[in-house]
Amino acid sequence: MTLFRSILAVTLFLTFFITLSPAFQSDELLLDDEEFGLEGGRPQSRPSPNIATTTTTPTRKRIPDSASDSKIQFTLEHAFGDSDFSEAGNFSARLKTWSHGAQTLTKLRFSRDAFTAVEKNKFQELLKGDDFYRIRLPSNVLSPPGREYIVSSVKARCLAGDGLEEHFVIHTEGVNILAVNYGAPGACPYPRQLKLPAKWSFKSHTLLKNTEQAPRTPIFTEEVLGGEGIEGELIKPPERSFWAKYWMYVIPLGLIVMNAVTQAMNMPEEQAGGQGGAPQQPGTAVQRGTNPGVRRR
Amino acid sequence: MDWHQQYIGKVKHAVFHTQKTGRKRVLVSTEENVVASLDLRHGEIFWRHVLGTNDVVDGIDIALGKYVITLSSGGSILRAWNLPDGQMVWESSLQGSKASKSILNIPKNLKSDKDDLILVFGKGCLHAISSIDGEVLWKKDFAGESIEVSHIIQSPEVIYVAGFVGSSKFYVYELDAKSGELLKNNHIALPFRTSGESLYVPDDKFLVLDDARSKIVTININNGDINYNQKQISDLVKDSSGQAVILPSRLPGLSALKINSQVLLIKVTNEGELAVVDKIDNTAAFSNALSISEDQHVFAFVQYEDNKIHLSIKDVNDWSRDLLKENLVIDHQRGNIEKIFINNYVRTDRSHGFRALMVMEDHSLLLVQQGEIVWSREDGLASVVDVTTSELPVEKEGVSVAKVEQNLFEWLKGHVLKLKGTLMIASPEDKIAIQKLRLGSSEKSKMTRDHNGFRKLLIVLTRAGKVFALHTGDGHIVWSITLNTLRKSEDCKHPVGLNIYQWQVPHHHALDENPSILVIGRCGPSLSAPTALSFLDAYTGKELNSLSLAHTVARVIPLPYTDSTEQRLHLIIDFNKHAHLYPRTPEASEILKHEFSNIYWYSVEADNGVIRGHALKSNCIHEVVDEYCFVFRDLWSIVFPSESEKIIATVTRKSNEVVHTQAKVMTDHDVMYKYISKNILFVANAAPKASGDIGTATPEEALLVIYIIDTVTGRILHRMTHQGCQGPVHAVFSENWVVYHYFNLRAHRHEMSVIEVYDQSRADNKDIWKFLLGKHNLTSPISSYYRPEISAKSQSYFFTHSVKAIEVTSTAKGFGS
Repeated sequence: MTLFRSILAVTLFLTFFITLSPAFQSDELLLDDEEFGLEGGRPQSRPSPNIATTTTTPTRKRIPDSASDSKIQFTLEHAFGDSDFSEAGNFSARLKTWSHGAQTLTKLRFSRDAFTAVEKNKFQELLKGDDFYRIRLPSNVLSPPGREYIVSSVKARCLAGDGLEEHFVIHTEGVNILAVNYGAPGACPYPRQLKLPAKWSFKSHTLLKNTEQAPRTPIFTEEVLGGEGIEGELIKPPERSFWAKYWMYVIPLGLIVMNAVTQAMNMPEEQAGGQGGAPQQPGTAVQRGTNPGVRRR
Repeated sequence: MDWHQQYIGKVKHAVFHTQKTGRKRVLVSTEENVVASLDLRHGEIFWRHVLGTNDVVDGIDIALGKYVITLSSGGSILRAWNLPDGQMVWESSLQGSKASKSILNIPKNLKSDKDDLILVFGKGCLHAISSIDGEVLWKKDFAGESIEVSHIIQSPEVIYVAGFVGSSKFYVYELDAKSGELLKNNHIALPFRTSGESLYVPDDKFLVLDDARSKIVTININNGDINYNQKQISDLVKDSSGQAVILPSRLPGLSALKINSQVLLIKVTNEGELAVVDKIDNTAAFSNALSISEDQHVFAFVQYEDNKIHLSIKDVNDWSRDLLKENLVIDHQRGNIEKIFINNYVRTDRSHGFRALMVMEDHSLLLVQQGEIVWSREDGLASVVDVTTSELPVEKEGVSVAKVEQNLFEWLKGHVLKLKGTLMIASPEDKIAIQKLRLGSSEKSKMTRDHNGFRKLLIVLTRAGKVFALHTGDGHIVWSITLNTLRKSEDCKHPVGLNIYQWQVPHHHALDENPSILVIGRCGPSLSAPTALSFLDAYTGKELNSLSLAHTVARVIPLPYTDSTEQRLHLIIDFNKHAHLYPRTPEASEILKHEFSNIYWYSVEADNGVIRGHALKSNCIHEVVDEYCFVFRDLWSIVFPSESEKIIATVTRKSNEVVHTQAKVMTDHDVMYKYISKNILFVANAAPKASGDIGTATPEEALLVIYIIDTVTGRILHRMTHQGCQGPVHAVFSENWVVYHYFNLRAHRHEMSVIEVYDQSRADNKDIWKFLLGKHNLTSPISSYYRPEISAKSQSYFFTHSVKAIEVTSTAKGFGS
């Protein structure tokens, strides 16, 4: 009877475990998968329907589903003073598509076309007039020029140093370019001196910049909400350790015990001297008795 | 706290509450969406509630003798406030389907203990509401009837709802007052179109004008039958040229028709016949009828005559006799009388006395009794458009006494009063006078500059076009002026005050020259309306000069240059993208030419999500070269992605701010150099989904991105994202820091962050030897074209309060900065 019952219990437990475990496993797997995609940006080798639905960026169509990044190019255009814009160079970058649908630009490279003779002349005129050298970029790299061009300009005299040195800091948000910080590396305070460049080749530095996350203020809303939630509901302090709670009782108790123990330690000695020693007393007495006796001897 | 002033704004409706017991008060609702109870004796505020910006008050009345009922938000929110203390008793939100005129109708019952019905028409629905608890008793929807309801008339048993369908069909619905059941539905089709406005004349008539405004039509509803009479206006008056307008004053048996500046009072007989009772010239305002006994109704009107103002109160039925006729003296600065409300009281000789509450053109409120202004409130100050500060005059040796004590007599009187005070023989009035004298001569409210620059004048431009100068010491009004350029006139129907700037700040001649202020206004709300400039003396408020400009104004840029008379150069950017230089003098033009390539400014297109930088290019080429007009070009642009960001706030530093310390010493004895630039802009962007009110977006879709931008080169110096946060953002930028306030959706709290920007390129100037040997770069000029080496430090704090405005103090020596 008992054997039968235990077998029944074991089978029941087993069936329970078996029925439970697959659901549990699948849940965890899904979670794991998503998290992995978020962190590492692992290429989506096996397209799962769950992830496909989360990517809803309209620009996604342009990128094949299987590839996580693709090469992208956009042009830099320049203008001399108030002239029209013409092509001046090419940016190439990798467009990384994250599994959650966001796209970012990385690995920016820039190749600048050398100034033609006409452009050199125009630039020299700018230098003479202390006028602006202007550049522009598309505001969206996937569908240039996007909403509008991003324009930036610098006094031509700032660029002309030994050679022509320029810095691009491109602020991006996904596939959008917000702004470009364009200028020379050195200072060029007003009034600027006229100086022709020694070499007509550009030394270009580029940098992609994304937004910084603000330091998060610690959120203790849970506790605070609990505390503020309903009046009269007391906040339970966290359970303190035994020592933290009862030290004031334990220490005196310990002292009393120690006191008692030491007393008890002393007591037996005294008692040993008094009570238990009674049968021995004759011995000591004998000794005492003997010693003088010895001395006497 | 030094001082605190409360204002209510321009009064729209006023209801008097003068019970025999208790303090007499007047209840008002204003254009600033304020509901307030004012003391009728002194004009002080008993209580005041500022409703939301979208919660416009449509009507105010008293129910049950103890509740103030307000209808607001286009007839959808009805609230009852306790009359003595202003606490809200109940609130009902009324549902309806379409926008319509909203009408609040509370029957005047002399027995106040009866449960009155409040009738509210709003959003195409008629609601009957119990005034005890705000419960909706019944509701009748008129949305399907396509009727423009204009009148709700209540008799004990029946409620009449009247209005036009189209412009020529007049409908009257009869409803049962108990249940809201439709008893009768009747209409009349007029053989001509009407002007749309109609007036109810008790007990059962409506007056309408036809759309040519040449005929008056009387519509009579007698026990369900509707008929009409019409009469040509030219039959009533000989000279009827000009537009006739029905004045909306509710007078029993009488109607007021305004033709040009003349008002015709027309008696409507029981048969619907019309007869002109009187013609009144130069009227300014008419009041509603006030019933002073069972069958005596009076009303008031104001007349202008040769710089005099006459207030007349007449009986509606007995036209021959004036109940009251008074002459008033009102300061010209207050402008015209726009509205008048009357109230009666019993005089000591048991006759009827009247007091009138007047709303003036400058939004101030006056109470007039016995021909005198009992009290006045400067409620224009409730709607401040722009503020600037002005330094007070420098204290001159020996002159200050004469300035404070107007003349010898005043001076003597003051001393006699003080003597009385010390000898303890002063009466209470004397004591008050002594107190006032002491306050007047106290350090805080002196009219001179103090050592630390704490005392200043606040020059305030209000929506009414009036400029006030307030003293920062105690908040008293030093002077006020209504600008003629900002007053309604034939050429300019809706003038708007825009901005106020410091025009001239004398430093070299601070002792003998007064600073002046530039006020910029526009004729009408559209950008293409013509511009007007006024120049005011900052100490006296006198208008020095005024100009009407040929061009429009989109933006005003005070330049950091002054001419030899210390007038500041201003660029006014117009609608057609031209920049105009002011003052228009050859000298100013010369200065600008010299600094031509150093002038930069920016513009924010908030709807478009674009910020642009501009610089001057050349003179405008019209037929002739205009030396004071320039064209400009775009230097840079920042385009925010419209799908993820929307500009909600931009803040810059004050242009006249002085930075007193250029470094900050940290706790570890390290020195940080402030990055100080005048050309710096703080921008806060929110996710488009989360740019509405708090609670409309989830933390996941909310995002706040902040930028610090150099406005000369368009460089983004710092960029940071606050996840799960949203606006409204209030920010202040000063020296090298910006403090901004926003809402954190994750923490359900307001938060405040500070960003401090430090200059890294000066960071190595810490060695004392470098200073001694002069090997530092602290005196080298800073250029915006320098590649910025900055470090931004940011901290965030929870801040439990919501914020409406945020500012930084500015004093002569940089206290507290």
